[in-house]
Amino acid sequence: MLNKTLAELAKGLDQGEFSSVELTQAYLERIKREDSKYNSFITVTEELALIQATAADETRSAGKATFMTGLPIAHKDIFCTQGVRTSAGSKMLDNFVSPYDATVIRQFNAAGAVTLGKTNMDEFAMGSSNESSFYGPSRNPWNTDHVPGGSSGGSAAAIAAGLAPAATGTDTGGSIRQPAAFCNLTGLKPTYGRVSRYGMIAYASSLDQGGPMAQTAEDTAMMMNVMAGLDPLDSTSADRQVPDYTANLDKPLAGLKIGLPKEFFAASLNPEMATLIHAAVKEYEALGAAVKEVSLPNTALSVPAYYIIAPAEASSNLSRFDGVRYGYRCEDPKDLEDMYKRTRGEGFGTEVKRRIMVGTYALSEGFYDAYYKKAQQIRRLIQEDFVRVLSEVDVIMGPTTPTPAFKLGEKTSDPVEMYMEDIFTLSLNLAGLPGMSIPCGMNNGLPVGLQIIGNYFAEEKLLNVAHKFQQATDWHTQKPAGL
Amino acid sequence: MEWETVIGLEIHAQLATNTKIFSGASTAFGAEANTQACAVDLALPGTLPVFNESALRMAVMFGTAIDAEIGKVSVFDRKNYFYPDLPKGYQTSQLFYPIVGEGHIDIELEDGSTKRVGVTRAHLEEDAGKSLHEEFASQTGIDLNRAGTPLLEIVSEPDMRSAEEAVAYVKKIHALVTNLGICDGNMAEGSFRCDCNVSVRYKGEELGNRTETKNINSFRFIEKAIKGEVERQIDILEDGGRITQETRLYDADKDETRSMRSKEEANDYRYFPCPDLLPIVIDDEYIDAIRKALPELPDVRRTRFVDTYQLSAYDAGVLSAYKPLSDFFETVATISTDAKLSVNWVMGELSKHLNQHDTDIKNSPVSAQQLGGLLQRIKDNTISGNIAKKVFEAMWNEGGSADEIIEAKGLKQVTDTGAIEKIVDEVIANNQKQVDQYTAAEPDKRGKMIGFFMGQVMKASGGKANPGQVQGMMKQKLDALC
Amino acid sequence: MALNRTDVEKIAHLARLQIDENDVPEYATNLSNILDLISQMQSIDTSDVEPLAHPLDAVQRLRADSITEENQREHLQTVAPSVESGLFLVPKVIE
Repeated sequence: MLNKTLAELAKGLDQGEFSSVELTQAYLERIKREDSKYNSFITVTEELALIQATAADETRSAGKATFMTGLPIAHKDIFCTQGVRTSAGSKMLDNFVSPYDATVIRQFNAAGAVTLGKTNMDEFAMGSSNESSFYGPSRNPWNTDHVPGGSSGGSAAAIAAGLAPAATGTDTGGSIRQPAAFCNLTGLKPTYGRVSRYGMIAYASSLDQGGPMAQTAEDTAMMMNVMAGLDPLDSTSADRQVPDYTANLDKPLAGLKIGLPKEFFAASLNPEMATLIHAAVKEYEALGAAVKEVSLPNTALSVPAYYIIAPAEASSNLSRFDGVRYGYRCEDPKDLEDMYKRTRGEGFGTEVKRRIMVGTYALSEGFYDAYYKKAQQIRRLIQEDFVRVLSEVDVIMGPTTPTPAFKLGEKTSDPVEMYMEDIFTLSLNLAGLPGMSIPCGMNNGLPVGLQIIGNYFAEEKLLNVAHKFQQATDWHTQKPAGL
Repeated sequence: MEWETVIGLEIHAQLATNTKIFSGASTAFGAEANTQACAVDLALPGTLPVFNESALRMAVMFGTAIDAEIGKVSVFDRKNYFYPDLPKGYQTSQLFYPIVGEGHIDIELEDGSTKRVGVTRAHLEEDAGKSLHEEFASQTGIDLNRAGTPLLEIVSEPDMRSAEEAVAYVKKIHALVTNLGICDGNMAEGSFRCDCNVSVRYKGEELGNRTETKNINSFRFIEKAIKGEVERQIDILEDGGRITQETRLYDADKDETRSMRSKEEANDYRYFPCPDLLPIVIDDEYIDAIRKALPELPDVRRTRFVDTYQLSAYDAGVLSAYKPLSDFFETVATISTDAKLSVNWVMGELSKHLNQHDTDIKNSPVSAQQLGGLLQRIKDNTISGNIAKKVFEAMWNEGGSADEIIEAKGLKQVTDTGAIEKIVDEVIANNQKQVDQYTAAEPDKRGKMIGFFMGQVMKASGGKANPGQVQGMMKQKLDALC
Repeated sequence: MALNRTDVEKIAHLARLQIDENDVPEYATNLSNILDLISQMQSIDTSDVEPLAHPLDAVQRLRADSITEENQREHLQTVAPSVESGLFLVPKVIE
């Protein structure tokens, strides 16, 4: 019963092939047995999972089951989960047992899903490799010498290793799409505001967005049906009708207009990957799509703009971690300032401190216009590029990442090199657009992701485009050796 | 050369909302520590703000009341600094696009003239919690009940030239916000606080360096703090010194301002637009609806009091400054049908009692209905003014209506002519010496002498005899003896 | 844009971060490199461009002014490092 998609597991539960408790136990055992290789979970919530699974089975016998009832999933450890440690991958919150549930957690609980545990992540979602986690890096199940990507690396590794059929993630600059690409998964970063941010520990508020990571577009759509929607607790959540994301998955793609931004196929893209992306586009042409080259001239500027805006917001968002009301506090502070500085100096890791300092500097007196305001202006230019192109085409396609998963330690010494990893994903967050990554081939035994970008609130279209590809190809069904 | 004082004020008025500016926790004053600090107020990881509609409405009410430009698009910014009673490590405020733009307010000066003071802006922000330094030996306790209470920060132009003008301005704003019902105005509880920016210069010269004295919470302290600060600055400048631009605290016990442990580093608040909140957009319709629904403003009411009730400018000014007081007065005046009598009682006996017991009019043990009823009994001659004071005293201490007290204590005025005549005759019979003096006196001196006989009659009647009747009858009888 | 030791120390102080003395040079180098990356922005003329703070063109929703949060002090303070008589304790603040 393991190694199945959510849709398949839902069918199995429905037809009584297995119960939710049996399914949950099977996953819990597998996590216990296998996760030392991947370090994909920070906390396994065995007790909670079994309570939820028992309740789900009762719901089912009472004839009240819905599509998510009894399905086990994992949550990125950035979503506050009542009664469960919620660490955001940081020493700062290692002792933080959340007193409340994030809206996303509440939605999955209400839908009858079972929480297997909380997955590993880059500290406060700052990273592209999972190496900044206080709990040690997670590893890529396709090759454990390689990173699973980040920051939702634990979620990606867990699904790829068959330790969870699906998981939640968050994406501030590519943190769902890049690990999905590295681990041969389907990941969706929804339009900014589509999924509530309440209870999702903030990194950069105007960029953060929660979303699903799964094995197929269909599963991704099922999860979106749970996660999407207006939340009165989040001022930035969109007041807009939520469609049934599974309804139009099979819609034919004849006449679909695809744009290929020439800037996404520039020198930084590994040529073998370029070949795979072009092959995937050919596949779409076979499905009836029309392809044309488009231009997003400000793509390269998304890196500097992002690395001002995100750290600036983060420097302020992370000020609440001061050792006063929750979380880590240093030993024997000699005075207030000592408490602040040591609590934060000891509680945060290097990359987090680095970004807080960049953000603090960018917002400090005399620099605001040159950095923050400038970055927000560039952000407008980037958005305008997309708006223009998306008035001509239905979706934009390109690579999710410039290279496949790199090795652990390969990019940790130079943060700038690590930041360049996100060159194809950052611009969407700046513009607030939805984007997906789906498997489209292998490069030296490592998965390659195709990125599909759509217009605002066009998640349904993206899922349809992804699903049709997955009906026509089998890249997404490939599993790491030994699974 | 003559010194000139330049004063600008920042007033923080807590808005009288039920809940916090960004959370659904109560703002009630005086609750046990941290019982009104919810997950959002504690800035738990992942929590987010949602803006309170009443805070917006109240800010716009203030803006329309001072004829200000209203920001149709206003934006919340973050002011970043670390302090234990600031849970998020930033205060959500409005720097670049405030809800209320330029407006003005007229103050009355002692010489009777009027001066217009500019209001630069008024913006919404959240209050911080409270740090309690006294309860623990080496620790400070943090109570976050107040954290997130909505504040309207009202910033004036540096238009005031004396402590008296500053106080007149603060009183005017206080009257306005309490009249609008957007702030309870309780200065002792910190609902209405004032920061004073003070500098001095030779008349006509450039502005000098200023100091900011923080969080002064009474009108009297504002006056004293400014006067002390002006004196201090002039002393320094006349000794050839320079004024350090700094934040100071007013110490009411010592009646002096002192430097707040001068933070060697300049503050760098790193303001930027709050990404968790979206721009607040309002239209003319919203603003007009609020403008139309504004209650009567103090200035309008003061004029009306003079016109309708023929009150003196002073009485009208005092009454109209505080809505609970003016409402009280109007109720009393309506019931008693005598505005003059009402104002005398409200400003006299009632105010005296309120002051003695340090009580606000809102908590007065004697209600406007009770006082109005009492004044009716004076008007219809049931009791005299002096007896009324006794009734009021009883009302204050024991409650009850005027009629109940008069009845229970038997204070009803005697108007029975026969009964009064009897006492008058007795007094004349028992005071032959004074009667002789009266009859011997020149007729124009007799008027004054009648007071003695009146007093005797009132005494004999226990104060209950109707003074008018007594006077008439006594005069008639004495004159008959002449 | 090269940051020196003083710059790094000043920023770290503003952000209330204790940085190990020995790590300052590395922070200085890394932060300088990041600022160099960021300086690419300066080549673009944005004088007529309105800054974009929020990706969606949405406006603030308003919350009804009614109490929705009850006292949860004991529950919320279970995660606090130091509490007495319902107050959060910190080292003495001197004003």
